[in-house]
Formats: sequence, C-alpha cells, structure tokens
Amino acid sequence: MQVEIRVNGLARSVERGSSVAALVRELGLRPELVAVERNGRIVRRAQHETTALEPGDELELVTMVGGG
Amino acid sequence: MDTGTLERTYESDGPLVLGRTTLRSRLLVGTGKYASFEQMREALEVSGTDCVTVAVRRVNLDRSQGPSLLDFIDRSRYAILPNTAGCFDAPTAIRTAELARELLGTELVKLEVLGDPKTLLPDPLGTVEATRELVRQGFDVMVYCSDDPRLGVHLAELGAKSVMPAGSPIGSGQGVLNPNAIRILMELVQVPVIVDAGVGTASDVSAAMELGVAGVLLNTAIAGAREPLRMASAMRDACRAGRNAFLAGRIERKLYANASSPLDGVISARRS
Repeated sequence: MQVEIRVNGLARSVERGSSVAALVRELGLRPELVAVERNGRIVRRAQHETTALEPGDELELVTMVGGG
Repeated sequence: MDTGTLERTYESDGPLVLGRTTLRSRLLVGTGKYASFEQMREALEVSGTDCVTVAVRRVNLDRSQGPSLLDFIDRSRYAILPNTAGCFDAPTAIRTAELARELLGTELVKLEVLGDPKTLLPDPLGTVEATRELVRQGFDVMVYCSDDPRLGVHLAELGAKSVMPAGSPIGSGQGVLNPNAIRILMELVQVPVIVDAGVGTASDVSAAMELGVAGVLLNTAIAGAREPLRMASAMRDACRAGRNAFLAGRIERKLYANASSPLDGVISARRS
C-alpha cells in the first residue's frame, strides 16, 4: 500500500513501512552526503535502514552547498 | 641562518583555536558564488586557508545528482565550518546546525540568525537564544553577530567559542565600518574575535587584522572578484601582512614630522 509523505515540502507516495534508507536510494542520493530530519527530529545515518516511514511524515533531506 | 629559518623566527605566531579545532591560517574562506567547483577548490588553495564555510540546503529532488561540493573539499586539509545562513529564527538555525552535525560529524558551527532578507543583519535576540541552546547541545559555536561590544560579551558568557562581528553588511564590500567597536569588543571578551562579512578588498583584511582580531572570514570578496584566484592570493598576503603588523606593534600616529635621517651633520647651505 502507498502512503503519502512530504519530502522537502513536496508530496510523495512511498510504500507503507519502507525505510528512510530506501527513500534515499530511490531518490538517487548518496547517503553520505545527506542528512535527514523526520518530523523535526534528526534520523541518524545508522538508523536510516530501520526507520520506517509513516503516513503524513514530513522529511527534510539536506546536503552541503557553497556558502559563506 | 637561512632565509626560511629567519622568516619562521620573525613571523612566529600561535594557532587560532576554536573549541576543538586548531587553525594555522587566520583567513576563513566561504565556498559560495564561484563560477565552478574547480575554481572554488583552486581559490581555497591559493588563499592558504585551512577552514572553509559551507551552507546547509535541501537536496534538489528535481535534478539528477551531479558532483557534490564536498567532492571538491579535502577534509584532511580543511576544517569544514557549516553555517546556518538563511535562517531567520532561532529554532530553524538550531535545526540547521543539528543537520550539519549529522552530515559532517563535527560539532563546529557558524551560527547565523538573521533579521530580514534585505539587510541580512544579525538578529541579536534570536542569536542569543540559539547560542544558548547550541552550547547546551555541545556545539563549538562561532557566532556571527553585530559589532555591539555588549552583545559580544553576552555571547561569550553563554559559551560561544568565537564572537564574529560583521565588519559591514554581508556581501557589501564596505570593509570594517566601526573599528572602535571591534577594539572595545576585543578588550571585553577572552574568546577569539573574527571579523565576518563585509570585506571588499585586501586592505580591508589587513586593516581588520591590524586591529588585532584573531581572523577574518570572507567569501564574496574573493568569489566575486574579476579574477578570484588573484584576489585569493591578495587576501592571503593581506591577512599575513595585517597579522604581522599587529604583532610587530605599529608606531603612534603623530601630528608633526619626525625625520628618519639625522638632523645633525647636514652640510652648510651656500649662498650663490
């Protein structure tokens, strides 16, 4: 079953119970270059595989860009 | 004594210590606004810096993922200083710092809590609030702030590892507008004072370093120059020159002349 979540402010459907790690892979991101916040709390990289996505989850996926 | 040894002796200087990070260069350089990652990498190298700032932003989900900024920064060579640029309230800045720590695995952070997008002036109340929380969480907090010396005192008392007043508004290139405030701030706090923002050209860096600040952080002045690599070189020299001038101790300013050549023994004037 698909559930609706929000990733960086955009709606997205994912398989219910799929992990943060699966989402990062699906988006084609390099895990070592991404930090994840779920509903306002950091999901540590070591927990990406074991953290399951729930309906209505709000995720922020960030990386480093140039800045001063 | 060969020239190299002589130079090392007369230019001896301690490191710049920011919490758990120790730097040799006193120039901190941003990674934004370069024409390419390659140009950025070269500019960083030429500048002689060993601490570079980066920003935290959402991954762009629309674009296929190309090379990353971090692919162009040798972490064995540079300390990475993530910033909370673009945050206009303390909670967002705190979350951004937490994300940066998760991504980089380091506690060093440059805290910016800005007031509004037009002036980009630091918001003092939000800055104090976020400093308190990030120090509580164990971050080594380097705080971008206004040049109000009393605000700097409060930030240092809260546990900031460095107080970093703006010389002038971010990216404005106006240099250090109020050197007296910076001097007073340095008298009032024990932590390193770093001039952050406002540098336009090399003399701005020298002038700041001559005041005795611990370092200068800049980005646009290099990245926005017509020749960024040449400007990076100028900034490296200016930082070193200003630091040495400060350590050497400048002469006092006087109103009247004071001859360098002896006044005695000048031959007599002849009538023609």
